[in-house]
Amino acid sequence: MKTPPPSLPVRSPAGKIAPPLGPGIPSSSGADFLTTKLDVAVQWAQSNSLWPMPFGTACCAIEFMSVVSSHYDLARFGAEVVRFSPRQSDLLIVAGTVVDKLAPVLKKVYDQMAEPKWVISMGVCASTGGFYRAYHVVQGIDEIVPVDVYVAGCPPTPENLIHGIIELQKKIQSGELARHREAKTFVPIRVGVDPDLSIPAYSDGVMARVPGKKELPEIGETAESELNAKARAAAGEGDR
Amino acid sequence: MSATLAPPSISFGPVLEQKLGKRVTVEQRPGADIPTLVTDAVTLKEAALFLRDDPATAYDLFLDLASVDNSKLPGNLAPKDGSRFQANYILYSTRRNEHLRLRVNLPAKDPAVPTLTGVWPAANWFEREAWDLMGIRFEGHPNLQRLLTHNGFVGHALRKDYDKSQRWLCTEEDLLQTELAARTDDPEDMFETMTLNFGPSHPTTHGTLRVVMRVDGEKIVAAESECGYLHRCFEKMSETHTWVQVVPYTDRLNYCSPMINGNGYVRGVEQMLGIEVPPRAKAARTVLNEFSRIMDHLVCIGANLVDLGALTNFWYAFQPREEIYGLLEACCGARLTSSYARIGGLAKDVPDNFVEWSRALLPGIREKIADIDGLITKNKIAWNRMRGTGYVSKENAIAWGFTGPCLRASGVAYDVRKDKPYEMYGDVDFDVPISTDGDNFARYLVRMEEMRQSMRIIEQLLARFPKGPINSDDYRVILPPKEMVYNEMEGLIYHFKLVFEGVKVPAGEIYSFTEGANGELGYSLVSDGSGFPYRVKVRPPCFPLFASFEHIIKGSMVSDAVATLGALNIIAGELDR
Repeated sequence: MKTPPPSLPVRSPAGKIAPPLGPGIPSSSGADFLTTKLDVAVQWAQSNSLWPMPFGTACCAIEFMSVVSSHYDLARFGAEVVRFSPRQSDLLIVAGTVVDKLAPVLKKVYDQMAEPKWVISMGVCASTGGFYRAYHVVQGIDEIVPVDVYVAGCPPTPENLIHGIIELQKKIQSGELARHREAKTFVPIRVGVDPDLSIPAYSDGVMARVPGKKELPEIGETAESELNAKARAAAGEGDR
Repeated sequence: MSATLAPPSISFGPVLEQKLGKRVTVEQRPGADIPTLVTDAVTLKEAALFLRDDPATAYDLFLDLASVDNSKLPGNLAPKDGSRFQANYILYSTRRNEHLRLRVNLPAKDPAVPTLTGVWPAANWFEREAWDLMGIRFEGHPNLQRLLTHNGFVGHALRKDYDKSQRWLCTEEDLLQTELAARTDDPEDMFETMTLNFGPSHPTTHGTLRVVMRVDGEKIVAAESECGYLHRCFEKMSETHTWVQVVPYTDRLNYCSPMINGNGYVRGVEQMLGIEVPPRAKAARTVLNEFSRIMDHLVCIGANLVDLGALTNFWYAFQPREEIYGLLEACCGARLTSSYARIGGLAKDVPDNFVEWSRALLPGIREKIADIDGLITKNKIAWNRMRGTGYVSKENAIAWGFTGPCLRASGVAYDVRKDKPYEMYGDVDFDVPISTDGDNFARYLVRMEEMRQSMRIIEQLLARFPKGPINSDDYRVILPPKEMVYNEMEGLIYHFKLVFEGVKVPAGEIYSFTEGANGELGYSLVSDGSGFPYRVKVRPPCFPLFASFEHIIKGSMVSDAVATLGALNIIAGELDR
């Protein structure tokens, strides 16, 4: 018999379904207990009960409306409870162009959200400014707030946004985001080609206080160095 | 391209000469453009009053103020009198069904004209916009502040010497000015009323609108609305792209009905070029325009009812939208931003089963509209929330520059599709619904009926959907077919010229107008004969609607303001461009 993947419900011999707690150990003797790590349980719960706050400004907001309405029905993916108050939500979906006049508003909305919080940049305008390389358009919201997932498209199709949300859920479940947040090695804020020419006040968010661009290790690097450290520890030659 | 149309004539020439003499001249240019009168800043106000009040002219509707910076025009086209700026007032007479452009040429140094807010109240925001983006000063304007850009902005972005990518930092303090302006000067009153900020990030602003209200309990004493939170520089970006490359930008103006915007734009360019598109393209455009209108109205009604607490209708309204998206996707590959219209036709032919597919969509739409109708039209809660709220009288609607469903809900039967037919609208039979109530419920009813009329238009066109080519055979504007490119020398040359140089639109200007989902969608296009537009100015239908919002809601409850904002259907994309 094929072994089910760990994130799917596992049917125990007694016919009861163990909760799909990631790499937890499902009960096999018929008893109703299971063991897991608290982190994993929390991450599982967080990833499947995202409360999005749509910061909808433009065309992408119309597609977002399609995503939450009956045909695509975002409720199927555990991100159903749309809240328009940043204080009640943990996922900021920036859907549409953000212009300079709106930039302080976006910053304020992001700051009002409680941790842990995640940001999806929906569409090319939010991600890079899109084809508006112009005098009044923010060239990507990562000038202002840190972004976890960029969703491509102008506007992205509903499938694409749902894919972005699933990717975010995977990232939350893997614990990768929490680790980087703790180590302040989160997605680096893009401060422009030349930091002197870029607009300073947009980039003084919580995550952007990490001094200097070069001191930020890349996500890939961090994961690798952690693995290396684990390998060293296993081989008995670690520093600790 | 050999347009030999007679110059547009004006019927009131003798009266004009008798009243204003030589101070106002008629500019004679061949083409499909609307007639133009030229005057100077001193005579402007007198001329405006004459045009508004004289029964021979009766230009009661102020449509647009298109400003142009002529400093980069090539030598032969540059103005002879050494002026740099132009202020073009676009007017319309609801009684005589005629458009007119009133032009003032202005010098490079301190361009200033007297304000026309006293003549047409609609001019208020248009003048602020022209000040903001072009730096034309309007003497005597009640509130000549920046409108679309923020208060930290330096310079005037649409002037030709402004770098298109020069940004300015906006801080939170820059945004507070409106809030301060809404405060009353009376210190006694400060304890009676409070300031309420509404937007720009608020679910019922449907995007990025902002209203700062002064409220006494629940009652709105004063309000000031602000826009520009989605000013993405459409007009500046158009000047840096070729004529065809502007089409995708037009999609993002009114993103609820992108096809209509693209059609309006390419129609303007086609008029400048003097080309006709084949009947099949006309029919396809008309059918898709009407589907887009249905989509737009469905979003408007659905979202408006969500704001009133009737969530079910939102699901009903979005199901037909998804089905229409399917058709659009089959035509052009995109759901929302179709970019389907092209100068001289469409990007590609409609799918083979277009007629059957379109016909199959109609029963579903009809059913969902009937569902909404059954739930809302005789619903007591809807009546209480929508009847009598957001009232706009016929006179006010005209004075504030309303067009489209909101004007028709106030009792003026002006519909470009009927009064100045374009594409296939002249060949089909449909009614223009109007209401004399002028309130939110009237707007809802007008939109519901317009959707039914749209389906009538679609049905008639599908019954005799023309065969034949989809695109014009003028290969100076549209890419020749691939067989021709590979096999014939001429085809290759056309292809090469088009790809490298773009469509060469002859020098000139036009005000082209179509019926958008929210009202008259006008494009003031100026060409200098190169492959790039010299100036593109959009007349967004929502702009005057939102400009008058602060007047409509004065004296009403905050909750009525929410209902009114939804019923006016403000789309930030075209409002701020």
